[in-house]
Amino acid sequence: MAKVKSLAELKAMREKLQSNLDLREKSNDPDSLVQIKVAMATCGIAAGAKQVMEHMMEKADELKIGVVFTQTGCMGYCHAEPTIEVKCPGKDPIVFGHVDNNRADEILTKYVMNNEMVDGVIPVNYETI
Amino acid sequence: MHVLVCGGTGCQASASAQIIKNFEDILAAKGLQDEVQVVRTGCFGFCEKGPIVKIMPDNTFYTQVKPEDVEKIVNEHIIKGRKVTDLLYMDPENKEHVADSKHMGFYRKQLRIALRNCGFINPENIDECISRGGYEALGKVLSEMTPQQVVDEITKSGLRGRGGAGFPTGVKWGLCAKNKCDEMYVICNADEGDPGAFMDRSIMEGDPHSIVEAMAICGYAIGATHGLVYIRAEYPLAIHRLQVAIAQAREYGLLGKDILGSGFDFDIELRYGAGAFVCGEETALIHSMEGKRGEPTLKPPFPAVSGYMAKPSNVNNVETFANVPIIITKGADWFASIGSEKSKGTKVFALAGQINNVGLIEVPMGTTLRDIIYEIGGGIKGGRKFKAVQTGGPSGGCLTEKHLDTPIDYESLAAAGSMMGSGGMVVMDDTSCMVAIAKFYLEFTCEESCGKCSPCRIGNKRMLEILTKITEGRGTMDDLQELRNLAAVIKDTALCGLGQTSPNPVLSTLDNFWDEYVEHVVDKKCRAGVCKKLMRYEIDKEKCIGCGACKKNCPAEAISKTDYIAPGHKLPSMTIDPSKCIKCGACISTCKFSAISVK
Repeated sequence: MAKVKSLAELKAMREKLQSNLDLREKSNDPDSLVQIKVAMATCGIAAGAKQVMEHMMEKADELKIGVVFTQTGCMGYCHAEPTIEVKCPGKDPIVFGHVDNNRADEILTKYVMNNEMVDGVIPVNYETI
Repeated sequence: MHVLVCGGTGCQASASAQIIKNFEDILAAKGLQDEVQVVRTGCFGFCEKGPIVKIMPDNTFYTQVKPEDVEKIVNEHIIKGRKVTDLLYMDPENKEHVADSKHMGFYRKQLRIALRNCGFINPENIDECISRGGYEALGKVLSEMTPQQVVDEITKSGLRGRGGAGFPTGVKWGLCAKNKCDEMYVICNADEGDPGAFMDRSIMEGDPHSIVEAMAICGYAIGATHGLVYIRAEYPLAIHRLQVAIAQAREYGLLGKDILGSGFDFDIELRYGAGAFVCGEETALIHSMEGKRGEPTLKPPFPAVSGYMAKPSNVNNVETFANVPIIITKGADWFASIGSEKSKGTKVFALAGQINNVGLIEVPMGTTLRDIIYEIGGGIKGGRKFKAVQTGGPSGGCLTEKHLDTPIDYESLAAAGSMMGSGGMVVMDDTSCMVAIAKFYLEFTCEESCGKCSPCRIGNKRMLEILTKITEGRGTMDDLQELRNLAAVIKDTALCGLGQTSPNPVLSTLDNFWDEYVEHVVDKKCRAGVCKKLMRYEIDKEKCIGCGACKKNCPAEAISKTDYIAPGHKLPSMTIDPSKCIKCGACISTCKFSAISVK
């Protein structure tokens, strides 16, 4: 049986899903949810994004920080793969490039935990509609 | 509060280290060191206006900051909260100061429409796609529009084929819709074959649902119920994500029977290609899907009349499809407001070569090559000199400095002797030899020529032989004329579009880099030092101390002793026999006295 039966249902679903995402974004508990998107197109994976993501998941568990990891498509910064976008609650997302395991640890321990900026920030150079 | 100071090479060269120190000192003197954190960041990418200082959280972007400006920033901005206007970025057009980096030209140059969800959503989760408005365009056409209205809307938007040729998409749909038949097909051309191009792969990997949705919309518009994606088997991740997307869409009832209760049926199947360049040509692609050899056939009949299994079929490229849903939701007028007069919307480019910011970019049509290379691409690697930019892959051409202000659209690029192509863009500096580049593309064409028609099969081979002759120093001026003759014949007589455009890399380099060809032929010289056969290794007999290290290391035994002893030296100098030398360069790296050079 099809899950969505009409345009109205689709729109209702969108609203519901949007609020889900909002809930994720504007959580009441700012310490618990950090969102990290890992650019995982073929190029990112070839550059080691998958290992970095796995490593970060383990590390985040170890450090006891609540992080939501999401794989996403190509962000376009091929010169700096693997790239990740880190969104701490209440702050603008920041994109980091050339993330290997060591840099990942640094980002988690310095930027995510202590709000210290680390090197290798890529300016977002496009607008999305 | 954070003060971000750019620590990229460009900004460091203009005293950003001193700026950081001044910030730290002044903040400490005012007892603010605990409240304000000074951070040395990586490059902001806007090196032209460096050093950059950014104040967070209000996102103020100061440009060309000098160490003595720091005190003013601390006193005015950090303590009193007032922006230091004269250090803000000034918009070159309206001479207004822009405080927020989001409104600066550099960051405004790119606009992501086809890539709207790439890098934003999880491509394997349909819910995230729906929360960004996915499938609403499909819902809209099914419940509010007639098929003809959909065709009209796409026609009105001015969307043109993104595979390279630039045929108006709406017109193509309209032609196909006229041929009513019990069985019709929507085909997505995902056989991205240009060397170095990865626009389509990125879209399929980052936002597969946009393709699924657009194919269903197209199906509704032309009256087809079957969709086929022809994708190369060497794109396993794109295949996987498309499969996941199709399965999820079926589960949600967005593919299959009676979509959204409208009575419209549509489903999609994947077909895998073995990665032949010619299969990107629509008739060859269709034959390959039918299980035949991937060879083109004459048009007409066009696929719109007799395509897959001799049924009317509509073939569009991945990027073309990716634009469709957003045109439906935002309207044709919105889309037509972006871009240049005859080319609407945006184009995705895979920016590669000797450029700082290699990447996947999307710019509005009409953006100049200069903006792409210097603003978005960040200029030439290592600060070298720009020489040429290749667009359009094996069917395109090389453009030079004089073309830098050419706006990117189908007509302007064609007029300049290149073409839009599917979106590969390779930037070259003065270390590239244009004859060798032309030869590279021709080698590719020869390898990938299907061999069905003789102009392409034999003509390109002959051209390659001539180019090889030239790069080996055996070329004559007659050869250059012969290249032009052959190119003209191939252009006029080859069977398919790929064959007809295959001489373009040679023709455009002949036009734009004639001197370099003549140099190869007459002076037997390659100014970029790429053509090995034209290089000569020489030992400076005055500098050579006769130690014999090069002789020991030479794998070809091309180095021997002379009778000459340079003044001040004790041993006779060495010499290289050019007939034995294999130009491996081993001697140069061994010589401790810089006595060996390449001529």
